[in-house]
Amino acid sequence: GVTASGRRSQIAWKSYDPTLAHCNVTVWNPLGNGLSYEEYDFPIFSLKDDNDTQVIRQCYLNHNQAVNGSSPRYPLCAMQLYSHMSAVTDTATCMRRNDINFSISPEMVCDPLGDFNVWASTRPLNNTEKGHKMWEKVVIAAARLDSRSFFFDVAPGAESGASGFITLLAAAHALRNVTQEAQPNRTIFYTFFQGETFDYIGSSRMVYDMENNQFTVDLDNVHSVLEIGQVGLHGESRLWLHSDPVSRRNSSVNEEVRKLIENLQSAAAGLGFTVGEAGFSQPLPPSSFQRFLRARQIPGVVIENHQLNFTNRYYESMYDNAEYLNVSYPPNLTPEEQLKFVTDTAKALTEVATMVARALYVQAGGAENQQDNINADRQIVSQMLYGFLVRSNNSWFQQLIPSDLTSHLSKLILNYTSSEPTLLVQYLLANLTGSAINITQENCQNQREDENDKESKHMFTYMWVQGAAPPNNTKREGFCVRSTVRLSRAVSPAFELRDYTSKDYSTWTESRWKSIKGRIFLVASHELEMLTLGVGVGVLLASLLLTYIISSKADILFSSGREPT
Amino acid sequence: MTAAVFFGCTFIAFGPAIALFLFTIAREPLRVIFLIAGAFFWLVSLLLSSLVWFISVQISNKDSAAQQKGLLIFGVVLSVLLQETFRFAYYKLLKKANEGLLALSQEETMPISIRQLALRYMSGLGFGFMSGAFSVVNILADSVGPGTVGIHGDSQHYFLSSAFMTMAIILLHMFWGVVFFDACEKQRWWAVAAVVISHLLVSCLTFQNPDYVASLIPTYVILFLMGVWAFYSAGGSLRNLKLCLTCKDKDFLLANHRSR
Repeated sequence: GVTASGRRSQIAWKSYDPTLAHCNVTVWNPLGNGLSYEEYDFPIFSLKDDNDTQVIRQCYLNHNQAVNGSSPRYPLCAMQLYSHMSAVTDTATCMRRNDINFSISPEMVCDPLGDFNVWASTRPLNNTEKGHKMWEKVVIAAARLDSRSFFFDVAPGAESGASGFITLLAAAHALRNVTQEAQPNRTIFYTFFQGETFDYIGSSRMVYDMENNQFTVDLDNVHSVLEIGQVGLHGESRLWLHSDPVSRRNSSVNEEVRKLIENLQSAAAGLGFTVGEAGFSQPLPPSSFQRFLRARQIPGVVIENHQLNFTNRYYESMYDNAEYLNVSYPPNLTPEEQLKFVTDTAKALTEVATMVARALYVQAGGAENQQDNINADRQIVSQMLYGFLVRSNNSWFQQLIPSDLTSHLSKLILNYTSSEPTLLVQYLLANLTGSAINITQENCQNQREDENDKESKHMFTYMWVQGAAPPNNTKREGFCVRSTVRLSRAVSPAFELRDYTSKDYSTWTESRWKSIKGRIFLVASHELEMLTLGVGVGVLLASLLLTYIISSKADILFSSGREPT
Repeated sequence: MTAAVFFGCTFIAFGPAIALFLFTIAREPLRVIFLIAGAFFWLVSLLLSSLVWFISVQISNKDSAAQQKGLLIFGVVLSVLLQETFRFAYYKLLKKANEGLLALSQEETMPISIRQLALRYMSGLGFGFMSGAFSVVNILADSVGPGTVGIHGDSQHYFLSSAFMTMAIILLHMFWGVVFFDACEKQRWWAVAAVVISHLLVSCLTFQNPDYVASLIPTYVILFLMGVWAFYSAGGSLRNLKLCLTCKDKDFLLANHRSR
């Protein structure tokens, strides 16, 4: 695991509050060793395919194993790994090298990290008009989508990422009906941020856009923030509500935070766990909410499963997977049966989602007596856990996505480079918060309800998904989903401002690479090689000498054959 | 196996040939031309035998190992016979060219004649250069890499033994050229047959690989014997050798000169 990227990305604590700066008060991830942030000048590969590792092991056993205590003899098995990365030193250097344009096709050496945030609102908002929306007050419910590990393609992030956004998705689904029938006076904004692992790319970009009137709402519209952090319960059944002590020194902010905490605590009543308030003396844990606080002191709460430091032993490690979260299935189940099976983890997360949904509803101004109608669906939660942590190519996900994306569903990838989780969350959120409407595929794909409709595309998004196949048929019946789900660009503002050494925004870039491969072969001893060279040189010199002698004495040696002159 | 092995094997394979080229051929342009013409003739023979080989492989049964092995033997024998045929063709060509060269030349004496040792051994060396190049160049190219042969169980002395075999082949071609041309001049057809048979023998010895000892040692024995035969047919004798070695050559020259 890695140290929580807290040091760099905590709110500029020095100016905010010097006593809380530089993790003086709390070290969030004491088990982390910062391995991913070290620089290595040799390639490190992780092999999962048994066939490849068998070949390597066989070569070792055949040639490199010491027999009876003596050291192994040449030729020995060796392996050569290629993992050429074009970028060097740091972002400023590689971005400068990108701009060098001597040839017709300039070679890029690195790219800024970027993806999309997914967001949706309970009340449709005009997305084409950016900036402040009059009379709109918005409660932001946030979660992060991504995680990372030491190896780029094995980053399940079960507890650090998936537990959070799955809970939020389930809460959004639980709120769908009640926000249509008894609409609260504030709008709830579900936001899923991408790139949070790398110094909060997604949330910093959204705040930047809000500040520059490039987003559907702006910071004046934001009433409060509720963020769902790591909420996987490992049997303790206790969640903690963290808030920012510095902003709470302002009495009006403090009042709002207190009300939010009360909402959460009353929403948790009757559910299978307790919520406690984390201490006033400690700072906010690393979270997307901090980016909002940097811009403005907004009341907000972060829900975590730890009070002081993380309980997640595998934060940002490849071992933070389904097994760690106890998502396990009885043996001998088919994939379909596993999809339908409700695990205990799913039950626990469903309770958390129910609490979040109820608290959000009351926070948005809804009536408290509606709370008992708001319940998260444990089947949905279980299916989401299966899809994101075990196998994403399952029948439920297949129904939710358009037909041209089916080939993209592959085994679990949950990290910054792949936009597959972004896409999946986008379509899931549409399915869970939107509704199916009866319009033609052509209209649907052109973002309109009929030929003359020009207004709907500002308020809604229409997606044509492939749906399920009816029992007697193999052809799927597609349908149109109308929702308020949108994508917003998640590229760090540092790259917009071209400030590659920015201290305020993330400046992470990814190097470009040549083909990554390895090969094994035998290596001969150095002595044999030098012997070969020596013999060669000897043969050459000897033949030069001999030829010189013979050719100078050729007259005599071959005299009897010469014709008479 | 790195640059050390690359250079070592190159020097082993081409060392004698380079030495011969440097000291005896490089100075005279006409000799270079004959060398290259010889190489070209060998190349044409290889082209023809490859064509036959390619066609026969295509129409054969690719799955049967026995058939493939038989086809390989057939290919080798055919190639040897074609090479010798082309050697004979080169001989005929040079014979015809003799008179033409005489007419062209401005010197009074014949600049070069088929009876001269130089011509005979140059054609052989031309064959040898080309044959050596085709045998060993791709092996040398692979030897530059970091690894060596053996991960599938083959012997790690592959590079070395290929280089030695190539050296033997080059020298053998040179000796065969001398013997062959001499035999054709003197109409000794049994000598021609002996050359062909020894060529076949050396080529078939390579089927003993990867038992490199069994293939290299007989080859070198044949090389020595052919060398001795070539020495004699080129006009050498034991007496000349003794004279040379004991450095009594100066007196001999003077004596010889006077007696004429």
